[in-house]
Amino acid sequence: MKKFGFKKLALFLGIAASLTLVLSGCGSNSKSSKSASQSSNNPSTVQQIKKRGTIRIAVFGDLPPYGWVNKQGQRVGYDLTLARQIAKDLKVKPKFVQVNANNRVDALNSNKVDLVLANFTVTPQRKQVIDFASPYMKVSVGVVSPKSKAITKASQLQGKNLIVTKGTTAENYFTSKQTGVNLLKFDSKTQQFNALKNNRGVALADDNSYLYAWVKDQPKYTVGIKSIGPKQYIAPAVKKGNKSLLDWTNKDIKKLNNNGFFEKDYNSQLKPYFGKEVKPSDIVIK
Amino acid sequence: MAHSGINVLFEGRNLIRLFGGLWTTVEIAAVALVLGLILGVILGVLRTFPNRLLRLVLRLYLEFFRIVPTVVLLFLFYYILPKQLGVNMPANQVATLVFALWTAAEMSDIVRGALISVPKHQRESGMAIGLNRLQLYRYVLIPQAVSLELPATINLVTRVIKTTSLLMLISVMDVINVGQQVVEANNQKYPTGVFWVYGIIFVMYFAIDYPLSWWAKRMDKKRLERANG
Repeated sequence: MKKFGFKKLALFLGIAASLTLVLSGCGSNSKSSKSASQSSNNPSTVQQIKKRGTIRIAVFGDLPPYGWVNKQGQRVGYDLTLARQIAKDLKVKPKFVQVNANNRVDALNSNKVDLVLANFTVTPQRKQVIDFASPYMKVSVGVVSPKSKAITKASQLQGKNLIVTKGTTAENYFTSKQTGVNLLKFDSKTQQFNALKNNRGVALADDNSYLYAWVKDQPKYTVGIKSIGPKQYIAPAVKKGNKSLLDWTNKDIKKLNNNGFFEKDYNSQLKPYFGKEVKPSDIVIK
Repeated sequence: MAHSGINVLFEGRNLIRLFGGLWTTVEIAAVALVLGLILGVILGVLRTFPNRLLRLVLRLYLEFFRIVPTVVLLFLFYYILPKQLGVNMPANQVATLVFALWTAAEMSDIVRGALISVPKHQRESGMAIGLNRLQLYRYVLIPQAVSLELPATINLVTRVIKTTSLLMLISVMDVINVGQQVVEANNQKYPTGVFWVYGIIFVMYFAIDYPLSWWAKRMDKKRLERANG
């Protein structure tokens, strides 16, 4: 019995020691490790950013035309133009951190970036963990169909086959709100567009901005329904509780809206991808 | 077929960017390996000492880094620990630290294994002629262990280099990350570009790892030839 107790004690000590080993290996860089984690020391306030002279912005690197890298190795896109403008208005230099869709929230919460401008859709779940500024872009579900048999109203889809990709907002919307439509579900974008070309359904539903880009190279097809279901908004995001930067961003977006910045941004970055069928007002928020 | 996918590599600065990404990869792997192997040898020696508590602690350290997947380690050190501790290191440093600690853990086991597989009479003879512990390790055990552990060490090195492909998850601009940028930027113009981009990444990794694995094989063969006369 006594021996058993000793073993347990030794194990406990061992675990405690190994934890300190791991933690200290990481904590050795900072003198005041605990106090710095308190939010009073927020490194992302407007004041701190100006003092530092750089704003760290999370962006996508692989999503043309919103955030991507051109062949010269420069970061470009709709989000990037906005990011540079925001840095210019703050009179600081932008520093870009490339993120994936699923680590945008973590990047903010662990103070890796000050601001996220990565095609970030506002959702109630995300609102609980981060703060969104005013939106700068809107998207919704669109429906594309052949020009010869264009679908322009949702009622034309009743009882017909509609092609969607699994896990998209389009699938979600038609499953819950348009129950009279038969859905043909596919795993990837490539598959769904092939299915449409082979006439397996009368139309295909997906994010409208994505469809605009696709029909540009497909003259036989048209986005007959440009917007169906609830609108979704794309907005900059800051760490929860970072009121200073949030207020400043809201003010800046308002200013940019008034001087027509987003329309210019649309014309230079998105228009070449979306073609003539789309007007800036379909995407840009006025 | 106006343009073939291979042209994607020669557009603008694409190829230079890929090599830049490769350099980031190699730099992180090299620094992490140097630090990790040195630390690993020290820990491995300590693990052959009779002190039970010390051995337990080092064992737990090894098991922690061996069991927890590298992806989880990277996330832990990049996103979770900074939140708790208020330490904010750049991604490249976090990556180097994680890989160094991981290498050290694995290396400590290789060194320990090699040290205890030196025949027992060698250790006993050493002690019989009055060597102290330092001398015993310095002149008897470590020289004999080195040739035993080399192939496994090189194997570890190639594994670490390959695993750097996970670094894109913590925003390090390594060769895979740059490759994806190139693929996505050219998807419209070069639908088959993805094959060529990943193809050249394969060649890059192969060019680094294959010589190492060839060297390991050769050394093992030599050691066996020596051992069996």
